[in-house]
Amino acid sequence: MTRISRRLFACLAASLMAGALPSLASADTLRLLTWGGYAPEDVVADFEKETGITVEVTLSNNEEMIAKLRATGGGGFDLAQPSQDRITGAQAEFGIYKPLDLSRIDASLFIPSMLEATKKNTTLNGEVYGVPHVWGTSGLVVNKAKAPDVKDYLDLCDPKYKGRVSYRLKRPTLIAFAFAMGEDPFAAYGDPDAYQAILDKVEQKLIECKPNVKTYWSGGDEILNLLRSGEVWAAMAWDTGGWKLNAENPDITFVAPKSGALGWIDTFALPKRGRNDDAAYKWINFVMRPEIAARITAAAGNFTASKGGDANVDPALKARFNESFPPEAIDNIRWYPPVPAGLEAMEGAVLDRVKAAE
Amino acid sequence: MRRREVGISLYLLMTPLVLWLTLLIILPHVAMFVVSLRERVGVGTYAFGLSNYLTFFQEPLYWNTFLRTAIMSVLATVLTFLIGFPVAWYIAKIARGRLGQALFLACLIPFWVSELVRTYGWMILLRESGVFSSLLQFLGLADGPVELLYNDAAIMVGLVYTSMLFMVVPLVTTLESLDDSLVEAAYDMGASSWAVLREIILPHAKPGIVSGAIVVFMLSLGNYLTPILLGGKSSLWFTGLIYDQFITRFNWEQGSAFGFLLLALSSAIVWAGLRLSGQSLRDTMART
Amino acid sequence: MTPAGALPLRPGHMSERLVSREEVPVSNVSVPDLECREVTRIFGEFRAVDGVSFTVEPGSFFSILGPSGCGKTTLLRMIAGFLEPTSGKIAIKGRDMTGVPPNRRPVSMVFQHLALFPMMDVGRNVGFGLRQQGVPRAEIDRRVADALARVGLPGIERRRIEELSGGQRQRVAIARAMVLEPDLLLLDEPLGALDLKLREHMKVELKKLQEGFGTTFVYITHDQSEAMVMSDKVAVMNNGRFEQVGRPQDLYYRPATAFVAGFVGDANRFVGKVVTTDGKGIVARTDDGLEVRAVAAADALAPGTRVEIFVRPEAVRMARAAAGSDATAAEANHAIGTVQDVLFNGANSRVLVRLEQAGQRGGREMDVAIPQTGEYADLSRGERLSLAWAAEAARAYPARADGPSEEAGA
Repeated sequence: MTRISRRLFACLAASLMAGALPSLASADTLRLLTWGGYAPEDVVADFEKETGITVEVTLSNNEEMIAKLRATGGGGFDLAQPSQDRITGAQAEFGIYKPLDLSRIDASLFIPSMLEATKKNTTLNGEVYGVPHVWGTSGLVVNKAKAPDVKDYLDLCDPKYKGRVSYRLKRPTLIAFAFAMGEDPFAAYGDPDAYQAILDKVEQKLIECKPNVKTYWSGGDEILNLLRSGEVWAAMAWDTGGWKLNAENPDITFVAPKSGALGWIDTFALPKRGRNDDAAYKWINFVMRPEIAARITAAAGNFTASKGGDANVDPALKARFNESFPPEAIDNIRWYPPVPAGLEAMEGAVLDRVKAAE
Repeated sequence: MRRREVGISLYLLMTPLVLWLTLLIILPHVAMFVVSLRERVGVGTYAFGLSNYLTFFQEPLYWNTFLRTAIMSVLATVLTFLIGFPVAWYIAKIARGRLGQALFLACLIPFWVSELVRTYGWMILLRESGVFSSLLQFLGLADGPVELLYNDAAIMVGLVYTSMLFMVVPLVTTLESLDDSLVEAAYDMGASSWAVLREIILPHAKPGIVSGAIVVFMLSLGNYLTPILLGGKSSLWFTGLIYDQFITRFNWEQGSAFGFLLLALSSAIVWAGLRLSGQSLRDTMART
Repeated sequence: MTPAGALPLRPGHMSERLVSREEVPVSNVSVPDLECREVTRIFGEFRAVDGVSFTVEPGSFFSILGPSGCGKTTLLRMIAGFLEPTSGKIAIKGRDMTGVPPNRRPVSMVFQHLALFPMMDVGRNVGFGLRQQGVPRAEIDRRVADALARVGLPGIERRRIEELSGGQRQRVAIARAMVLEPDLLLLDEPLGALDLKLREHMKVELKKLQEGFGTTFVYITHDQSEAMVMSDKVAVMNNGRFEQVGRPQDLYYRPATAFVAGFVGDANRFVGKVVTTDGKGIVARTDDGLEVRAVAAADALAPGTRVEIFVRPEAVRMARAAAGSDATAAEANHAIGTVQDVLFNGANSRVLVRLEQAGQRGGREMDVAIPQTGEYADLSRGERLSLAWAAEAARAYPARADGPSEEAGA
């Protein structure tokens, strides 16, 4: 049998088990579906000490989060942390979340503008489904000693860097190249034809650019290794990766591209069949405290939406952030708007064709 | 009375098997099949139809990817056999006692670590700044760093490495059952080594070869990490397509259809292979 | 594929060869089919075959007889080419075989378990060797049919091996080896796997086949009866050496060594010391006090020498002691004993007699053949018998250093 269908069986079996044995997870357990670094062990320990609630952490990414919750009909976890743009589409299609009770969240802990923007982006049928936690960007991680003039995504296609470039074959790459080519894909989100036209252009460009690509990276460690070893000189990647490498090798750092870094905000959202909302709200209010938020920033490398959360952050990280993001670059960040349901299928076909192209 | 008791204990005995079959094999397949027949009409609305299957045949990308996956898997199977056969022969016929066990164990070593770690191991060896590249430069066989990763050969290396045990075990079993005097008799009657191999050893080992080949072929076809991580930028693998449909596109309908097609097409290939080699599945399973 | 040219010693077709046997040029007659000179094979410290020399005449049936572990299989495998001698030379039809692999030797072998190929039918089994030589298919078919006919199994080409009986397999194995018209056919205890009745039958069959083919057979076995019945000559092998080579009759009646005397045929064995000697004849006292008159089998034996004396069961005459007059009084050796057991086996019936000699009760047992006159049909346990045997029937050998103990004798 194939790996995938085995995985599917496991999901189905898990959902059956979960349905059949509701008493397994006790009331004082918080099952958290999140990203690496968002729930550091010491933070979890402090939370457990303070509340008596045990935290079970499951690491994942946006797509697997949605797939997992979809497979269980929104069960199996009490709190999830999808990116803000991936909530409403998934909710409309699969109904995997439940609305937040905003009265149980301490709004004073959040940077107001970020809280408002996230609430707006995660509202479906008048209900709010997400509040912000960690934010960051993706852009370019460049080895300045070897590729000094990579300033924007399209520079990755410079023949000078043949075989020395890497990016993912995922939707952020499509969006990034669209911006670099002067398009506004976000504006076209609601218009499938216009969006398809943009995608066609991007597809063309990515196929042209293919000789430059060493490999399409798929894991964070993989791209860090490629940059660290000097096998890759410039890549599209997350800001934290660039800063992490910068600490090891000053030549390598994160560069906010001219056409704008892509800004993402990971949120808190309640899975529809989560069983311990109390613990979930307690966790949210706990980790948004400035001193806890600073510890999460130290672990994840990204800043949080916690008001005053950056006060206690390591000055070196701040310095790297400021170097990568001059004020105008911050203004230029393209924040992902909610992805309408069904867009992924169009993008998928493009990504398949790029991958298959010789 | 008696009959009823027998009946109850039989039911008790059968329960785990039936549960396992139903819950973990039949039910998921039925569910997957039903899903594969759904067409997404709009947000949250679906209709029944075959379009997911049609997509596979109409879109050359999918069809070609399946072909490529199947051909590469067949090639991996052949290579595994070519490398595994002498190893199995050595273990079964030449190495005695401890050495044989040690060799057997060596085939097991890849399974002491997870597939991911195993694949990363190969990445460390094959990458441009990796061990083999450095070695080649050290030996003066290369002027600069050599990229050995991200190509089909690297996939092949990974697949063969992962599959070796599944070829060697059935081969050792069948070869051990080969009476040495058959080989000697053939040799005595004037056969060359090649003729002995072709006329005596291979026909005898056929059930082992076939069952090893089936397992290796299915494992390679169903492999996900190795082709994705070691393969080049144009390298598509059918399981990768299924993963993409399920996970990144949220298109379970298409993914299920692909899954079923993979199941059906790979079964067809195995069936064809059995027919070509004149074996029946029952023979193969019974003799190894 | 072995080119036919590499096998110069396989002339013509089988039946032609049989016809021409009598016309073999005189100069070739003196060349033995097999000659071994000082052949030695050492495994580590162990001398499995130790300086063995012998020749096998064309067309003869030659057996190598010995207990398991005596080195006979090693010797056969050296002749077949599966093993190289550590030293010494093997020549087949006068041609030195050193360095010639088994597939280039003019030798065929019938294996202990026959080694018929289960993946092929009978025809393909028998034709296997011919196919390796690249013989045209039509000729293969003809020669296979011919060979199967000669072993009495015509027309079974399409049968599968597992459909054959034990005896049929035996004959197919011989046909498979013989179709190649080897100079030498080696047989490695091929009857071992058969049941007794079939084995008896196949002994005769094999001998007939050998005579029919006229090919030289070299047969190894641990079964003396197989060797005696079939062979023109038998070599008795022990501890890697040949103890004696000769006609079966020679081995039986004139064993050259204590080992041969004990191994070939049944014998009562006495271990003792020479008391007096008059040239060939000796008087010995056994360890359990029996006085035995015997003749030295080979060299003269000085008084005081430890000897082993062998007496065949059929050389012992017996009479009922109660009959009064001692019918056995004329013989050089006699003894009185009690019937311990009657081992009735038709013509081979024996009686175990426990001797009461030198005042000892419960002394040693003797194995005596019962005369087939019916006179002793009512012989029963506990009866007293008087036994006698001639001095000539008791052959004395210098005792072996590692010889078996008294009780294990016979």
